[in-house]
Amino acid sequence: MELERALAIDVENVCFRYRGISDMFFSKLNLKVAKGERFGLFGPNGAGKTTLISLMTGLFSADEGHIKLFGREIGTKDKTVNKLFGFVPQDLAFYQELSPVENMEFFGAWSGLDKKAIKKRIDELLPMLGLGDVRNKQVQKFSGGMKRRVNLAIGVMHKPEILFLDEPTVGVDVQTRLAIINYLLELNKQGTTLIYTSHQLSEAEGLCEQVALMEDGKIIAQNNLRSLLAEYNQDSLEHLFLNLTGKGSRN
Amino acid sequence: MLKLLATIVKDTRILWRDKVGISLMFIMPMMLVIVVTNIQDSTFQLVNKSKLPMLICNKDTGQTSKQLITSIDKMAMFNISEVNKDLNESQLVDIMTEKEAMLVVMIPANFSFKVIAKSKSMTGKALTSFGLKGDTLQRKTDIDPPLSLYYNPVLQESLLLSVQGAVRSALQLVESRVTLRSLYFSINEEIMPAKLENEMLDNKTVINVLPATRGGTSTTPNATQHNVPAWTIFAMFFVIMSLGGSIIREKMSGSFIRLKTLPTNYLTALLSKQIVYLGATLLQAAIIFSMGVWFFPFLNLPALNLPSDKLALLIITLACGWCAVSYAICVGVFANTQEQVNGFGAISIVILAAIGGLMVPSFAMQGFFKNITTLSPMHWCIQAYYTLFLEGGKLGDIMHKLFPIIMITILLQLASYLGLKRKKLI
Repeated sequence: MELERALAIDVENVCFRYRGISDMFFSKLNLKVAKGERFGLFGPNGAGKTTLISLMTGLFSADEGHIKLFGREIGTKDKTVNKLFGFVPQDLAFYQELSPVENMEFFGAWSGLDKKAIKKRIDELLPMLGLGDVRNKQVQKFSGGMKRRVNLAIGVMHKPEILFLDEPTVGVDVQTRLAIINYLLELNKQGTTLIYTSHQLSEAEGLCEQVALMEDGKIIAQNNLRSLLAEYNQDSLEHLFLNLTGKGSRN
Repeated sequence: MLKLLATIVKDTRILWRDKVGISLMFIMPMMLVIVVTNIQDSTFQLVNKSKLPMLICNKDTGQTSKQLITSIDKMAMFNISEVNKDLNESQLVDIMTEKEAMLVVMIPANFSFKVIAKSKSMTGKALTSFGLKGDTLQRKTDIDPPLSLYYNPVLQESLLLSVQGAVRSALQLVESRVTLRSLYFSINEEIMPAKLENEMLDNKTVINVLPATRGGTSTTPNATQHNVPAWTIFAMFFVIMSLGGSIIREKMSGSFIRLKTLPTNYLTALLSKQIVYLGATLLQAAIIFSMGVWFFPFLNLPALNLPSDKLALLIITLACGWCAVSYAICVGVFANTQEQVNGFGAISIVILAAIGGLMVPSFAMQGFFKNITTLSPMHWCIQAYYTLFLEGGKLGDIMHKLFPIIMITILLQLASYLGLKRKKLI
């Protein structure tokens, strides 16, 4: 019972197939993430990281099995469970025609925040992410790094219990990447569970304490990062990754 | 409520910053209304007030041809100039181009003789039928005066028919005069007194031409009254370019992924778009109508007379706007790319406008096309507007036209909902 309460995410015997394809992509997939963990999902292209995140956020529906966030099933008609998590997708998920403030006002309302809470979070987040000076400028004029920070700010507007991050630092400079990672570590300290995917393994090594390596829709290894490195006698996540998934390119 | 309000504010901001969408929704329709009304008003002026340039090549030397020319001139429909009588057909075409004339009437050399001969023949027949002695030797086919009317091929068929009618009427008057004189002379053996002749020929029944309006209101139909409502409807339906595009852009952008993960139904987003764009269509109508009322007179166009029943005008404008917005949403939901919305959207609006009677009056359509005209929501919109703008109708008079608009709108909304369900967007 104690373990149940501590679970942030429980993926249980999940089967999933893409429409029009007869073979199961996930077959009886299981994954448990404890509350407050910094969990990394890694794997080559097409391994199933984004698909798994899409299932955990209710974007896709599982053909069989259950996915629970803090004990509540995701993907049902009751969308109040969606308040529990925030999502920072790989694509820039906001309106480029609007300013950061305008985007946050809109997405904040859709996340269920009231006007006062929205204003408070805008005033907190934008200076923290280095966007205070450009808060009222149209995002389409921003650099790639600034857009990534806006993407993150919107994802954490409603102080979610779980934050899904699908390659949040892709295409940004070192400074922006550091700013984002530091902010994520700070969030985690406050109790937010992080689910993170990236191809930047050195960056991930500094962020994630628990990792799962995926290939062809299966989790081929999952444990505490230090334990996994020790188990496979590797000195870095990158070497562990290559050791388990091979060096060939994937489509 | 805050979610809906925030979405309305967001959609309004995005629409306001979409300069291309704004110009498609407001500036282009305004230009269209001005241009089309101007063209139609010019045609109206040409037929009713200006004179069509007409050349007359009179190869005849008799009096009857001169009377015919006078008769045509008296109609005040043509600006007549006579050209050299020795010109042949090809030279006539050249001179038409040179003088920018639309028409040439060629009176043959023996026109007067043939008209008189024909009249005598008719008189003979008439006298014979009365039991009196008359000359019936000449057969009608031998004496039919062949009057030729050359026209510029750019002249519209309807206008050409009016011209033909006018020339025929002038010719009839001349023939009647000659026949009357001949008949009088045969019976009385003296020339008909000019006073009696004029009395008999001018004794025409007056035709009162009146617009059929409800309640005796007298709004004179003109190019403005016809075009402003028609192109306002077209402009409303043209929101598809902005609204359909907005739905596609949202569906294809990362923001849609985020929206789907948030604890709010996507129907809120669609409801907001409906409210914002319905407001935009009302604004379009207000701007175009205002332009018709206040700006058209500055362009020497007839001013728009608004219907007396303003409530009915508001209700039908709301219904048309809602239908236009529903159509745009439906296309936006089913389309997969911006190109599909732009291509299908624009072409379908033009087709719906054409079969709906915005471009050619639906009463002028034949057979199959007359039947399918009722499938276009624009047909019902324009019929309702015409009832208000041209017939002086009230709300009660447009109810049976309002009902199909609402039904089509509900069907479009239902189709959009099913489309969203099928695509698992809600």
